[in-house]
Amino acid sequence: MDRAMKLPQRVASMPFRFHGGIAALVALLVFNAFFTPNFLQLQTLFVNISQVATIAIVAMGMTLVIATGGIDLSVGAVMALAGALAPLIFLSDLGSTNPMLGVTLAIVLPLFIAGLCGVFNGVMVAVLNVQPIVATLILFISGRGIAQVLTNGNLQTFSNPSFSYLGTGKVLGLPFQGWLALAIACVLFWVITRTTWGRYLLAIGGNERAAYLSGGPVRRVKIGAYVICAVLAGLAGLIVVAINSASDAARNGNLMELDAIAAAVVGGALLQGGRAPIFGAILGAVIIQLVKYSLLANGVEDEVALIAKAVIIILAVWVQQFRRA
Amino acid sequence: MLDETAFDLRKYLRRNSASVTVWIALLALILFGLMRYDNFGSAYNFSSFLNYNAMFIAIALGMCFVIMTGGIDLSVGSVAAFTSVVAAYLSPYGIQVALPGAVLAGVGFGAINAFCIIILRIPPFIATLATMLAAKGGALVISGAQTISVDWGSNFTKLGMGQAFGLFPWAIVIVAGLTLALWLVLERTTIGRTVLAIGGSEDASNLMGLKVNRAKAFVYLLSGGCAGLAGVFLASGFGAGQPLEGIGWELSAIASVVVGGTLLTGGMGSIPATVAGALLLGLVFNVLNFENGQGTISFSAYWQMVIRGGFLFAVILLQSRVIARQQKVLG
Amino acid sequence: MNALVSMSGIEKSFAGVPALSQANLEIAPGEVHALIGQNGAGKSTMIKVLTGVYDRDAGDVHLAGVPSRISTPREAQESGIATIYQELNLVPLRSVTENIIMGYEPKRLGFLVDWREGNRRAREVLTRFGIDIDVTEPLGNFSTAIQQLVAIARAVSLDAKLVIMDEPTSSLDASEVEVLFGVVRELKKQGVSVLYVSHFLDELFQICDRVTTMRDGRTVSTRNVQDTTKLEMIADMLGRNKDEIAADGLTDFAGAKAKKGDIVLRADSVSTGPRLTHFDLTLHRGEIVGLGGLLGSGRTEAARALFGVDGKRSGAIELHGVVGQPSGPGDAIVNGVGFLTEDRKAEGIIPDMSVRENMTLALLPKLASRGQIDFAREREIVQAFIDDLGIKAAHMDQPIRELSGGNQQKVLLARWLATQPDILILDEPTRGVDVGAKREIQSFIRSYVEKGFGVVLISSEFEELVEGADRIVVMHEGRSVKELTNPGVTENILVRALAHHEEGTGSWTAQ
Repeated sequence: MDRAMKLPQRVASMPFRFHGGIAALVALLVFNAFFTPNFLQLQTLFVNISQVATIAIVAMGMTLVIATGGIDLSVGAVMALAGALAPLIFLSDLGSTNPMLGVTLAIVLPLFIAGLCGVFNGVMVAVLNVQPIVATLILFISGRGIAQVLTNGNLQTFSNPSFSYLGTGKVLGLPFQGWLALAIACVLFWVITRTTWGRYLLAIGGNERAAYLSGGPVRRVKIGAYVICAVLAGLAGLIVVAINSASDAARNGNLMELDAIAAAVVGGALLQGGRAPIFGAILGAVIIQLVKYSLLANGVEDEVALIAKAVIIILAVWVQQFRRA
Repeated sequence: MLDETAFDLRKYLRRNSASVTVWIALLALILFGLMRYDNFGSAYNFSSFLNYNAMFIAIALGMCFVIMTGGIDLSVGSVAAFTSVVAAYLSPYGIQVALPGAVLAGVGFGAINAFCIIILRIPPFIATLATMLAAKGGALVISGAQTISVDWGSNFTKLGMGQAFGLFPWAIVIVAGLTLALWLVLERTTIGRTVLAIGGSEDASNLMGLKVNRAKAFVYLLSGGCAGLAGVFLASGFGAGQPLEGIGWELSAIASVVVGGTLLTGGMGSIPATVAGALLLGLVFNVLNFENGQGTISFSAYWQMVIRGGFLFAVILLQSRVIARQQKVLG
Repeated sequence: MNALVSMSGIEKSFAGVPALSQANLEIAPGEVHALIGQNGAGKSTMIKVLTGVYDRDAGDVHLAGVPSRISTPREAQESGIATIYQELNLVPLRSVTENIIMGYEPKRLGFLVDWREGNRRAREVLTRFGIDIDVTEPLGNFSTAIQQLVAIARAVSLDAKLVIMDEPTSSLDASEVEVLFGVVRELKKQGVSVLYVSHFLDELFQICDRVTTMRDGRTVSTRNVQDTTKLEMIADMLGRNKDEIAADGLTDFAGAKAKKGDIVLRADSVSTGPRLTHFDLTLHRGEIVGLGGLLGSGRTEAARALFGVDGKRSGAIELHGVVGQPSGPGDAIVNGVGFLTEDRKAEGIIPDMSVRENMTLALLPKLASRGQIDFAREREIVQAFIDDLGIKAAHMDQPIRELSGGNQQKVLLARWLATQPDILILDEPTRGVDVGAKREIQSFIRSYVEKGFGVVLISSEFEELVEGADRIVVMHEGRSVKELTNPGVTENILVRALAHHEEGTGSWTAQ
């Protein structure tokens, strides 16, 4: 068999069927290059990358959950929770006397707690058969509350350069979190295309009964998707805190679930499941960020950007319906 | 004939086990409050509690109809924020203009939802999510991201602050009327029964020749209108149109509906129990406030979110058991 | 004769495969007319053409002498044709009354539903059928039988002239069947025609006037029930000579071809619920054991029990000499069991995934080391099966939904063959595939068994069982009742074995 011959066919069936999205991206870039002042400057790139990275990281997790036919409303709350925990840890006595350990724990422990939130969501959905939107509503409501209880609702400011590297560091001149998002995307892409877990994930979204009857570990895979989604949300929460050198449990990750769902859908995720376009999620996040940026940079108010986002979501899903029909 | 139409308590309890639970919980919490706090039963606490919760009840009522068809409306909170601004702008013309104007604005958003869901065939979750963003953006645009003070000279603030017949706040009277009307619509009109049939099985409803699309359009328009009404309450109760309000209201409304025993899959639901659910969720706050006031505990406002989430968790666990039992019955 | 419904020369094909050719059907007013035939004979297609679900390619349909204009189910309803499907088109969560009057509620003041009147009407129409239930109860609280009767009541209250019943008794017990028959007779008395589709031939003698038999998309015969016999109907359905069947002619083309090996599977009085109450089975290596029986006899339930999908309530299952039921499909696969499900669409294919991904789904754990899929090996295996089974696909990465039914079925068969199960359970492996693919699939099964594996074959087609199976376990109402051993089993013997047990519940008298 000549593998080179088959490559185009394989590409055609790979999980990045978002040519419409790429067209939109190109259009946005061209538009900005002509109309937005100072668009083609490095500074603009930095700003956009650091903004888009958190959305993209959460959107990738959301894509996995959506691939199972589910949804996770709790990502914003989990961001707040993880973001609230980190300063508490490295500002604690242990953290201040032992900075290295403090920062390590301040990253590992919040991610672990976020993972527990994911286990909670996953068990509710996969074991107790609660609809995903309701199951994740619980943590949506109480997760941020827990974060605020932990911090007494105070804004925690800090100065901790090693922790802040998460949000302000640069690698090869580009923001660290951009590289991080890219690395996560590559890992997840590999997981989805190359591992049994990824194959089962898509199979469950495509036909859960068939996957079960073929021996697929349906519960385990579904719980796993929620856990990964929650851990990524926790990571995004840490990055936001690191960018601001401050943790505000009331605002960290607020409305992030909407951005993440929008990015996943624009990137080509199907709400009924069965598709996990990881790079699509990044593309979706970039498009949403660029639309927001283009409007802002051209003097259109922030608020109008929300309306634009709404139109983009509707268009993306509408086009999806067409493609399936 | 009498044997069936006569009220049979045991039959009623068996059929409405989910909504009976919420009534018992509500009564228990009220009793608890009455026994524990001096001013809990005061007319002031009573009426201010109801007045504050009127807007949440209105939204929950609309949401209940949407959920009974098996749909969802995430846009209600933002729509209420939008219409509060509309109401504030219209307040100089008096309540007779501001109220219908704001409600119509809400119905307009409902129409957008209905169009996206029925004509464009976009899943309700996504369609209403988009409308939520659009309404939020719209509210900020028309208000310039400022709270818009109402005209205190007109009769507008009477709605949220004045008393009807010197007894009850107007908002309570209106919501009570709305509850009764919607109860009647659900139980005694063709469109109400169609709503329930759609949630039970949309395919079967179509094959039975029911007007499915009309009923679906109705629920989204209704939900938009209810959100519009909530916006009027918001503006007149707080004296300003508040474009930044309404965040998370849709989820509170969903929680009220779920607590009231309505299945999220649709096909079953109760209007009074939804009101009870909304009151119960509000009362949890009220009791916590009293508890704080007594100084026995010092629950911050943040604890309330946690407790509310935990409460929802308990209800969902209960409901998932009820659903499992029903599915057993239905084979 | 002035027929209520007259269909003649109906032609209908799907994607070039003819489902109906020159099919005819005539129903007289006030007649109970039976429509019989094997699976795939074209009965449901015929009904769907009549009720406007499908458009016909050619032929005439007349309703009471007038050319029919029905093109949607709704129009069929309005023309007085009501269909009671196996999956009932009712809303179980709503009350009995609502399900009967929905869309036609009696009103007060022009807009308020008058429940008192509605309940009265619902009760009245049900009483006519001799049913006395609380009409305010949710429909889902009642048995399937009552739900079916409510569906009929709705049809009658909408002034239906023809009620079509599709396998109405397949999920009813004996006493419920009696109630249903009462309703059918009542309908007849009121001048309503009934088109009665059933696999249970004995029933026809109790309630039907005429019977039309279909085979391979054609109408074979229309007979007066009084003047015919069960053997004659079976002969028509199978396209065989009735004397031959009656004579128990030993055509002797079947027979054990493979050497029996050790016992790999034993089931001892297994029960999982009301639909599988007592199931015995022994399977050796190198042997095909067929499960024969009518719809609802518990064949699929038996397979689900062996595969660990339905937990057993009593009895024992023994795999490779070790007692214990698999805890679920995953466990069953590890223990060398495979299960090709009956419903290809709902339980088999994952439509958006490729041929390759669909084929290796059950094999995944073995294809991977530390969770990572060995792609080279995967493609190698898939290519081998595509070549061996002659699967027609543009390439192995083509989405499976684009394949024909026969090729989809081959992919699913390959999914299980690839895991090399010691025990392969096949539930209707050749249903809905064309003749060519059917023969191929049958020969793959045979050659698999010859390698020393065991197969449990479930089929509604007697021919397939008789020719394919070394032994046939006959099932009836959730029990395994008889075992026939090849060589020597013929379709006629199998039919007799089934009919013998039908006698117990039906009122058919042997000649």
